[in-house]
Amino acid sequence: MAEKKEYKVIGTRPIRHDGVDKVTGRALYGADFQMTGLLHGRVLRSPHAHARIVSIDTSRAEAYPGVKGVVTAQDLPEAEDRVADLGEGAVNLKYLCDNILASDKVLYTGHAVAAVAATSPHIAEEACKLIDVEYEVLPPVMEVRQAMEADAPLLHENLKTTSMGETAEEPSNVASHIQHKLGDPDKGFAEADIVVERDFVTGTVHQGYIEPHNATAHFNQDGQLTIWCSTQGAFTVREQVAEILQYPISKIKVVPMEIGGGFGGKISVYIKPVAAMLAKKTGKPVKVLMSRSDVFEGTGPTPASYIRVKMGATKEGKITAAEAYLAFEAGAYPGSPVGPGAMCIFAPYSIENLVIDGYDVVVNKPKTAPYRAPGAPNAAFGSETVLDEIAEELGIDPLEIRLLNGAKEGDRRADGPVHPRIGFIETVETAKAHPHYTAPNGKKHHGRGVASGYWFNIGLESSVTINVNADGTINLVEGSTDIGGTRSSIAMQAAEVLGIPAESVNPSVVDTNSVGYTAVTGGSRTTYATGYAAYEAAQDVKRKMITRAAKLWEVDEDNVQFADGEFSCINGKEEQISFRDLCGRLGQTGGPVVGSGTVNPGGAGGAYATHIVDVVVDEETGKVDILRYTAVQDAGKAIHPSYVEGQIQGGAVQGIGWALNEEYIYNDEGTMTNASFLDYRMPTCLDLPMIDAVIVEVPNPGHPYGVRGVGEVPIVPPMAAIANAIYDAIGIRMTELPMSPDRLLKAMGKI
Amino acid sequence: MARKSHVQTTINGETVEFLCESRQSLLEVLRDELYLTGAKEGCNNGNCGACSVILDGRLVNSCLVLGVETEGRSVETIEGLAEPDKLHPIQDAFLENAALQCGICTPGFIMSAKALLDSNPNPTEHEIRYWLAGNLCRCTGYDKIVKAVMDAAQETSA
Amino acid sequence: MQDFSYVSAQTVSEAVSLLDENGEKARILAGGTDLIVQVREARRDVGLMIDVKSIPEVNVLDYDDDAGLTLGAAVECYKIYAVDAICNAYPGLIDATKIIGGTAIQGRAGVGGNLCNASPAADCIPPLIVLGATCVIAGPNGERELPVEHFCTGPGQTALEKGEMLVSLKIPAPASNSSSFYLRFIPRNEMDIAVVGAGASVTLDAAKQTIVSARIALAAVAPTPLFAEEASELLAGREVSDAAIDEAAQAAQAIARPISDMRGTAEQRTHLVGVLTRRALNGAIQRI
Repeated sequence: MAEKKEYKVIGTRPIRHDGVDKVTGRALYGADFQMTGLLHGRVLRSPHAHARIVSIDTSRAEAYPGVKGVVTAQDLPEAEDRVADLGEGAVNLKYLCDNILASDKVLYTGHAVAAVAATSPHIAEEACKLIDVEYEVLPPVMEVRQAMEADAPLLHENLKTTSMGETAEEPSNVASHIQHKLGDPDKGFAEADIVVERDFVTGTVHQGYIEPHNATAHFNQDGQLTIWCSTQGAFTVREQVAEILQYPISKIKVVPMEIGGGFGGKISVYIKPVAAMLAKKTGKPVKVLMSRSDVFEGTGPTPASYIRVKMGATKEGKITAAEAYLAFEAGAYPGSPVGPGAMCIFAPYSIENLVIDGYDVVVNKPKTAPYRAPGAPNAAFGSETVLDEIAEELGIDPLEIRLLNGAKEGDRRADGPVHPRIGFIETVETAKAHPHYTAPNGKKHHGRGVASGYWFNIGLESSVTINVNADGTINLVEGSTDIGGTRSSIAMQAAEVLGIPAESVNPSVVDTNSVGYTAVTGGSRTTYATGYAAYEAAQDVKRKMITRAAKLWEVDEDNVQFADGEFSCINGKEEQISFRDLCGRLGQTGGPVVGSGTVNPGGAGGAYATHIVDVVVDEETGKVDILRYTAVQDAGKAIHPSYVEGQIQGGAVQGIGWALNEEYIYNDEGTMTNASFLDYRMPTCLDLPMIDAVIVEVPNPGHPYGVRGVGEVPIVPPMAAIANAIYDAIGIRMTELPMSPDRLLKAMGKI
Repeated sequence: MARKSHVQTTINGETVEFLCESRQSLLEVLRDELYLTGAKEGCNNGNCGACSVILDGRLVNSCLVLGVETEGRSVETIEGLAEPDKLHPIQDAFLENAALQCGICTPGFIMSAKALLDSNPNPTEHEIRYWLAGNLCRCTGYDKIVKAVMDAAQETSA
Repeated sequence: MQDFSYVSAQTVSEAVSLLDENGEKARILAGGTDLIVQVREARRDVGLMIDVKSIPEVNVLDYDDDAGLTLGAAVECYKIYAVDAICNAYPGLIDATKIIGGTAIQGRAGVGGNLCNASPAADCIPPLIVLGATCVIAGPNGERELPVEHFCTGPGQTALEKGEMLVSLKIPAPASNSSSFYLRFIPRNEMDIAVVGAGASVTLDAAKQTIVSARIALAAVAPTPLFAEEASELLAGREVSDAAIDEAAQAAQAIARPISDMRGTAEQRTHLVGVLTRRALNGAIQRI
């Protein structure tokens, strides 16, 4: 279906449609929403990592001048212990509700306990201090291996391990165990000339979006609930709020405002149901904003993990077997991304004998949320470091060993699926030929490392409607919130079909009452799936316009052809009319034209990336500086190359932060001590060089233009690439993230 | 209830009067009292730069200025940058370079870049990175932002 | 955020009276980059903020080759490093003013405020100590002076008595053949608080072979910034050499009493004191 073609719009770099609004400060984000009579809400959070709530007394807060209402878990409908599917997989409703407002126990510092609505945010905040909560403090469990021990304190008395269909008898912090197996690993290791096995530890890290969570809710007198908010998916907000509040979705409208970053962290709801509860209680619209520390302590980061990887290879470098043990911290409630981690580890390679075990383990930290290729970066840190060590031991170039073992079309992933046409080999070949890889690298304490990564990408549902305007432009209505320029990448696909410029499309992201169901902006799916829906909607417009041309010329529809933005008559008459001119004649040919497209495509097509990094290590301080960075990635087809590059650069830099400094640091009581942008230490522009993003295009057969998702895979390789570069610089294998200066000093034996 | 003070200041060249509590920051006043929501709150403690504005010609974090402190002073915000029919060259450069993704940090970066180019019309890449280190962006990896400021510098100093 | 009152004081005596009347709950507001955050995060209980930025004495920025520098307590960092003569005379202080926060912070924050905030990790304090700065303090009983190394008494605690405020800092003119240097270790390249900071000032003889005198000061390794007196004194009269500098670095390490926290471990900090002291001394010497 998808072949190399010449396109008019696709592959060009138009100014994004929402650009002017965003450079002039006019674009309205969730916190910018204003409304007459607005109250301000604030959430009280637990100061303890693990405690039983003995009592909550809100009377002093309620009496504070300016306070209009206080809510606790008592105000939530009784949550059943049942499983609901809310768009990002199945979740237990009791857990979901308890994470909104704790009912019986608090399970992490920052766990929401109560909320206040008042006439100003300051009053709401001051009133929170007047809520008296009595806690019975329990010992916290802060680390995955500790939580897996038989005598570890239990977070949930009823949680029992499910392991490949079986449920254990005794309660445990291990929610589940999964296993994927191919071939005969024992036989494979026996055939190996070299076997390398290492343990890895990765820290808890946050998505770090700059915009804190926000929500404004209002209940009309007729029971209609409207929520204005920043979210990656208005429809999933509607579903989650409906389940939590036990309220019909037909009475909920979610209006997605502009969103200031998400990276997976703005799919789960936190304060949206709370705003609705406060709005219900006060009868007024209520806006709830999180502070930055609320975001760190009260929303889902991505998990810390313990990983063990063993790989065997022949002396020629052929991998004969691989084994991985992945134990991921789910946070307070089950649901870590160990599943995706297990799907992605080793997926760049064709390996006959494999076994992967994954464990989902609860600990006293915030319930984890997706973060850009969730699970895959943790896993790749282990596997890509071990592969580097094998290459080094065997004296094989690290990119060469990847070419030798690289997965191709027809190879099977450990968890079952067979790869369609993929572009892994092409990313490695491109990296190998890149001037960065061939540049000299010999200075003292300078090192170069490479690593690859995989992310499977997803499809899911999207809907698009196109309204044709009389002047030859179209209004494109979609439901995917635009976090990185997707209005344009979606609009460009419709423009390509209709032969009109990108600028002739007016894309709008609308609320849940105004467009068909559309799944979240996540899973690298938006340009792929909503773009696909836009393609289908444009095809619908094209068909309808052909009908109009046929009517105009009084010929059969079969006699009308459409190419390069022109309709022409191919039989008998010498008629021709441009798309634009025909748009002006819709009234006389039957009225307005509206096209629609809905999809749930199955051919998302996996994405691969190979990164090269040069570092310098200050051996006296342990500090690592990034000198040069090149990220090669298969985009399938880059619709708007600038924004594809942007995804690659941004993902790589988040990976650099994860590699070098970012982590949740906890004290002995289980409280995060660095819940601010000051001490969480995300990279600033002074910490980085330019990031050379190199796009490879191996079209995805599952999309009309060959698009693959590009957003997530760039965060997969950086940690291992940097670890491998540090090894090249100082001869030490770093196996713990972040590779912060103190850890390097320790590894070098300086402290 | 907290008492409010009357403040008269100049915002984007216009005289503005407002009432505010002492504890309200300039950022809160701009956003909640004057509905100038271009400056954003990302951290509320001076570590992200999303609220950057120019106060008496100098770049500041508006979350670290009290509203009452602006009596008699002059504030420039993102809303005052473009002309009615024309964007500022820095704004154009951000669009041309695709130097934004989610856009939440963009007003802060643009104000910070303006303060830089006002004081140093031809900065080096390192000077740009040093100056902008107080502005966090989590989407772009900064590459295209730095290039946009370099382009804008060429445009404005040409 | 708690409610508080705000007054823009016009004279030193007005500010002093307000401080005296309101006691512990009154705080001086200069740049506000620490104070506003502390009140917002309920780390400091403040009922009255006294804005001193309209008071002439706290805005003085006056350098003279003979008399040295008078630096008003509210002068913002960016104004200091804009004066070439000050940059040439006190490069160690300039190092600090250019790394406090980011550009936007430097538009508000000043050296005086950095000192009064009395953070153990304050970047400006080691350079003030090595440059021999004196604090000019006004209070209900008039003015007094205090060597800067005695100003901080604990984390967030100063030698200011009830009703007293810092008006300015006086730094003597640099001796000939002298220079200063400040650096800190942070995991990123900007926007962090010092894991360890080290400042040094060095005066050499005319031949630039022998150290006439030196001063070393450290940040973030004790409850207050430290003047490393012994380490400083053992350099006097020594030839410029790696051995002398190593000895001073070891002596500096010996007085460090760091803690482990989210910014660094005690072992890491003690190790870094040695590294940074060497780099600060070498940096100062190279500038001469």
